[in-house]
Parts: sequence; C-alpha cells; structure tokens
Amino acid sequence: MNTSNSNAKTPGRLVKAPENFLGAHAVSTVFEEAKSGRRNFLRNAFAAASLAASVPALAQASASPQTQGDAHILNLPEHSRGLGQAVASDGYGKPSKFETNVQRRTSPGLTQTAQASVSFAPLQSLFGIVTPSGLHFERHHQGWWDIDPSKHRLMINGADDSLVKTPMVFTMDEIMRLPSVSRFHFIECGANTGMEWGNVAVPTCQYTHGMISCSEFTGVPLKLLLDRAGVDYRRGRYVLAEGADGSSMTRTVPMELIESGEVFVAYGQNGEMLRPENGYPLRLVVPGVQGVSWVKYLRRIEVGDKPYGTKDEVIHYVDLMPGGKHRQYTSTQECKSVVTTPSGGQLLLDQGFYNITGLAWSGRGKVRAVDVSTDGGRNWRKARLESPVLNKCLTRFSLDWVWDGKPALIQSRATDETGYVQPSSRQLRAVRGTRSIYHNNSIQTWLVQENGEVKNVQIA
Amino acid sequence: MSRSPKFSAAYLIPAMAIAALLAAPMVSAQSDYTSIGRAATPQEVAAWNIDVRPDFKGLPQGVGSVSQGMDIWESQCASCHGVFGESNQTFSPLVGGTTAQDIKSGQVARLNDAAYPGRTTLMKVSSLSSLWDYINRAMPWNAPKSLSTDEVYAVTAYLLNLGGIVPDNLVLSNTNIAEVQKLLPNRNGMTTDHGLWPGNLMGNGAKPDVKAVACMKDCAVNPKVTSFLPDFARNAHGNLAEQNRTVGAQRGVDTTQAPAANSAQARQMASLAPAKTSVVAPSANAAAMALSQKHTCTACHGMDNKIVGPGFKEVAKKYAERPDAVGYLAGKIRAGGSGLWGSVPMPAQGLSDADAQTIAKWLAAGANK
Repeated sequence: MNTSNSNAKTPGRLVKAPENFLGAHAVSTVFEEAKSGRRNFLRNAFAAASLAASVPALAQASASPQTQGDAHILNLPEHSRGLGQAVASDGYGKPSKFETNVQRRTSPGLTQTAQASVSFAPLQSLFGIVTPSGLHFERHHQGWWDIDPSKHRLMINGADDSLVKTPMVFTMDEIMRLPSVSRFHFIECGANTGMEWGNVAVPTCQYTHGMISCSEFTGVPLKLLLDRAGVDYRRGRYVLAEGADGSSMTRTVPMELIESGEVFVAYGQNGEMLRPENGYPLRLVVPGVQGVSWVKYLRRIEVGDKPYGTKDEVIHYVDLMPGGKHRQYTSTQECKSVVTTPSGGQLLLDQGFYNITGLAWSGRGKVRAVDVSTDGGRNWRKARLESPVLNKCLTRFSLDWVWDGKPALIQSRATDETGYVQPSSRQLRAVRGTRSIYHNNSIQTWLVQENGEVKNVQIA
Repeated sequence: MSRSPKFSAAYLIPAMAIAALLAAPMVSAQSDYTSIGRAATPQEVAAWNIDVRPDFKGLPQGVGSVSQGMDIWESQCASCHGVFGESNQTFSPLVGGTTAQDIKSGQVARLNDAAYPGRTTLMKVSSLSSLWDYINRAMPWNAPKSLSTDEVYAVTAYLLNLGGIVPDNLVLSNTNIAEVQKLLPNRNGMTTDHGLWPGNLMGNGAKPDVKAVACMKDCAVNPKVTSFLPDFARNAHGNLAEQNRTVGAQRGVDTTQAPAANSAQARQMASLAPAKTSVVAPSANAAAMALSQKHTCTACHGMDNKIVGPGFKEVAKKYAERPDAVGYLAGKIRAGGSGLWGSVPMPAQGLSDADAQTIAKWLAAGANK
C-alpha cells in the first residue's frame, strides 16, 4: 500500500488507500508493463489466428445436420463465439427485433380520422396480465398530446359554492408528494367487441377484444384530494372529470365509487410515468368502469348534486335497446373473457398438445372461475386461474388441450365473485338486440379448422 | 410508526422515555396535507369551469341567431360536417332522421327501425345542454374553444334549424333555451333503468339484465356456425402472418394466400415464410408521412381516398407531370386554396417552410409509403 500519497493530511498518519488505488508513479509503471505485454500478446495471437482459420472450414465440411443433429446446436452460433453489445447501448431498451409483429393496430375503415380513433392491443401475443405500456390500446377523441408536467394543474371545484368549501389547485409536484397507491386494474373501452353485435366483422382477437389493457397504476386516491378541498358529501353525490386536451373529455362518476377509495388520480403506469397516449401526466382511474370515464390529461374535478349529461353520456356511449330507447350512464364493464391463444387468424402448426390460454375480468370485482369448452359449449372444463387474481383486474386462465386435428369450437366463460355468469351472444341479444354498440360481453367462439387455421365465428 | 422498534425499545429505554414517545404527535398530525395545494382564485375557476348541465346550470349569458349561425357554420363547420349537416361522409351525420311527430312525442321513432341507416346526432341527443357544452369546449375540430359564447348560441341555433326543429328566425339565448329544450325530438328517449351505473342514485342497483347459468356437461346447445368472415375478406385487415409473433405455439395465417387444403400444406406455407415481419425501414417517405400526421393533414386527407380534401395519392397523380410541383404544392400547403378539388376550401396551414417542402417533395414523388 502506498502510504505517502498526497491525500494524507497529517504527516506520518496512516491513511488507508481506496480500493485499487495506485499512486501516479505506480500507474505509469503498470501502464508501461501492460503496453509491452500487450504487444507480445497481439503478436502471439496473430500467429495463432492464422493457424486456426482453417479449422472451422474442416469442421463444417464434416458436419452433416441431417445425420448428426440440429445445425443450430452443432454449429455454434455467432452469439456464442463473439462479444455482445455494451451496457446502456440504448438508454431506454426496446423489444427484440424479432418481435416487431407485436404492435397495436387500427381496424381499417372503422374511423375516418386518425385523431378521433382507436388502436387495438395485440392480445394474441401477450402473456400474463400486464399490458406493456407501449402496446396499451389507444382511444383519442381529438388527438393526443405530450403535456409539460410542470405546467399541468388539477383543479377541484363545486357546481355551486356550498358543495366544495375551498376550490383548490394542485401542481404535479404537489400531487406526487401525497401518499400514493399502486394497483393493478384493467381498462376496457365500452365499445370493445362492439363491431361483433350483429355478425362477425373482424378476424382476430386483437380487433374483437383489443380495446382492453391492464396496468399497475400509481397515484393518489381522489377522496384524499376532495377531503382536502372540503366536500359536502351529503349533497355532492356526483363528480365531473374533465380533461385538458382539445376535446376536454367529460364524464360523470358516482361519489359512491370515490368514497370507496378505489378511484384515484394516476401519474404512474407500470413503474414509470403514464405514456402520453395514455394521459401523461395525469389521468383518472375508475376501476371496473369503461375507459371513457378514465379521463386523460385530467385538469378538473367538479363536485355536483346532479349528473352532467355530457356529450359522451347523451350522443355517444349510450346503448340503443330494442324499442328505440337508449340506456344512459351505462358505465360498469360486466364479467367477460376471451381465449387469446389459439385465436382467430392463427395457425396451429401440428396436432397434439396446446395450452389454451386467455384473459378474464369483471368490473364488479374478482373473477371466481373460468370454464373452457372445445365443442361449442356442449361440455365445459374448469380452467386454471393463474395468480394473481385481483379486484377489477385481468386474470390469466389456461387449460391443457390435445388437438386431434378435427374441427373444434373453442370458447371461454367467466364467472365473477358476485355469481354473475358471462352470457352467450344469444342470451345477450335476446335482451339488448344487436344495435347497442356498447357493452358486448358475450362469449367468444373460435373455430379451429382441420387445416389448422383458426377463424372468428359466431354460433346459434 | 412500526411495531418492532417499540418492542425492542422496551428493553433498552427507561419508562419515562417510552411515555414521551407515546405522547409524541400521533398519526393524524403526520397526515396533515395542508401544505399541499392552494385555494383556486375565482378567476381561475371561471377560466376552467365551463361545463353546462342538462338543467342549464353553468350556462353563460349570451345570444345568437340562426342566420348568424349559418355564416359561422359555412366558414368553420361545413368543411367537416357538410353544408347541410350531412357530414360529407366524414363524421357521423348530425342532422336527419327526425320528424315533426318526434318533436311532439319527444322520442325518435326511427330509433326503433333497424332498417333506417345510421343514427344522427339529432336523433339521439336528449339534452340541449350537451350540444351547447360540446360545441363550446371541443369545436371546431382543429381549433377547440375558439368560438365566442354568442357564436356557440348561434351555431347551436343553426344546427337545430338544419334539423327542422326551430324556425329560421329563432334567436337562441340563455333565457329561451329551456323552452327550446322542450322541442328536442329525442328528449324522452333515454332510460337509466339498467344495472350498469355503479352508484345508488340512478339505475336499478347493479341488477344484471341477463342471468346465464354455468352448465358444465351435455348442455342444451346445438353449436352451428351462423357467421364468419368470407374467404374473400380474409386479408381485409392486412396479412395476419405479420400480426402474430413468429415464435411459439401458433403462427399468424398468411392471408395473402388462399386457405390451405389441409394441415400439412398449411404447415408448409407457414414454414416457407417463417419470419415474415412488418419492419418498416425509416425512410424519407416515412418521415414525410409522420409530418403529415404531426401537422394533422390526415384529419382531412386520406392516403388514397378523399376525406374532406383529396387523398394524398390523388394529389400526387394530379401533379405528377408538373415540373414545378414541389414549389407549387409547398406554396398551396402553406397558403391554402379553394375550388380545385371541390367546394370545400383548404385553410392556410401554419407549418414551417421546411416541413411544407418535405411534404411537397413526398407528394410530387408519388406519395408512396
């Protein structure tokens, strides 16, 4: 150890050198040795390399994958023989280049403009229950924005002066100082599966069911902020949530849900901040309720004594019933499930074992059970529910299945903790007809054909 | 305060100190959030509190006539919604499908006619406040919140006039709007008698409208396929082989090909094209298309088809032979124009000259993907 380094403040006192510490003289000595050693190393290595160059060619010539085995095993791949890439080559890592097919996509012809439109999450390619943030489905009403969080504000006020004691303003800095909760919840558009009310219209589960995603959201219970402003909870039985974007989306939420503690203002999504397409820097999370109420770019909460009859509660997001009346303020997403593999537009490569797997959820609580049929609903087997099974959250289910090469009609049917059983499309249509657009939670059927192609079908 | 330090402390700290610890500020004082957030000023609340309820709470004073509304409509609304509210096949039509009888009954009869194509805004809207509020907060499409209060009254009046609900000489204001509400054709067309409201004051108390039973064995169903996509439409959503992962238990079906005759052929087709992916190399075309998105050109121009203005391909075709096409198109993008593609004018666009040049070059070169 070098004890005479310049860091020693008191002469004669022993100062422990930091690990690997070398004085200036020692450093130059080591470098000199290393340089000459390196030259020798390179010289020797060059000679060895020219000798070795002929060896792989010989090995290749004698190796025959057909007789001796898999070429991917017998011939060591480049990644086993070379140096890989450096840390932080990409400061924000991306999926493998082999995963580029896994993208959110639009359904051709569904909407006329790209700003008031929808993109669907690729459910057929996802595992577990969490949707990667970059694949989260999108629904924008007037285009998305990337808002500077230092300029974003949340206001809380009352429809009249007595409903809120002190109208308040919060900055993002302030909201993020408050105690936070992190919870996994699904968000489903009320119009998910809406194209399929009357007949089959789209080929894959990305398009039939892809207006659903599931994330771990982080934020502050809205009740805490309302308490801070001083709300008259006796009169104030509704809140209006309003966005800061061009559409300034507004929806009415019942105070009961906010009092339950479940509703929160979220800034976090899957460990990072919300994505701009999902409302950065602040959105409302209303577990169990359709996505339109999870107002993005949330700028204002108004406490009121009556519902608000907003555009998306009067002209859209109203469910047309037989007889010509619209159901208004339909919000809860009832229990529903879908098999994601094998599913429409996929090809089974061979007969034999398959793990039938899919997603189940309920806006009224936890999923209690999922049954799967491979004969179009005549016989059902209980699927395994993979953990975790959470409140108002996607639940992953799976079931072992050996395909015998014959046509099969695959369905899933979920039951939630209230005892509600997901209905068939026939049962749902008997009550609601085929023109309601919203809240289609009927059982999905996939037909596995003899050639292995899987088709989206509906059955009587 | 966690529990374990308290237990271990009990052995080490004299009783007096424990008493002092227990007397220290309790949880409630540590949950004092009064340092967070501040009172909103009346001006701030007024700036954002723009919502209008069905009982017209929140409606500002103002006045606007049908004839004023017509002028605003034709300059600011018609490009998307059509001169007569029929919407140029772009957005959902606003007007149509209502009758004088509906105005009397308050319920639009054609909503019960499955053969009637589409549902217009005036067929559905039950509260006039919703129209007023939405026009005020979100219209026009590319310049929301730019209309004055009086202009919102005028546009609302004109829209109702287009629908034959109010006369040509109506002057709509905060004082007569409740009377006009009584003319809305679908004012009685809503119900909250359902189980999908998660609160207690509306709805039927979360009572579901279907009661399915989870039969497990020999269930009384006769599974017969009644609906599926015809083979000619199998590629309508693009090649599904490119929309599925290229590793795993399944592949996507190559929908550019006819269905395989059997499993062996299907397998062969899949293995012939084992790693088809939809990688798009970043290119000058992609950059120009991204700019057309960024500057919301795509709100009015489709790739191939007319939306409000002509499709990009149509523009490219029209000017393919013109030698000064780049300069001409860049100028048109920035200055706007009218009369060349139809009656709807294209407004001047506030993008940089460099961006306009990039888009113009892309258009002049054929508007390729």
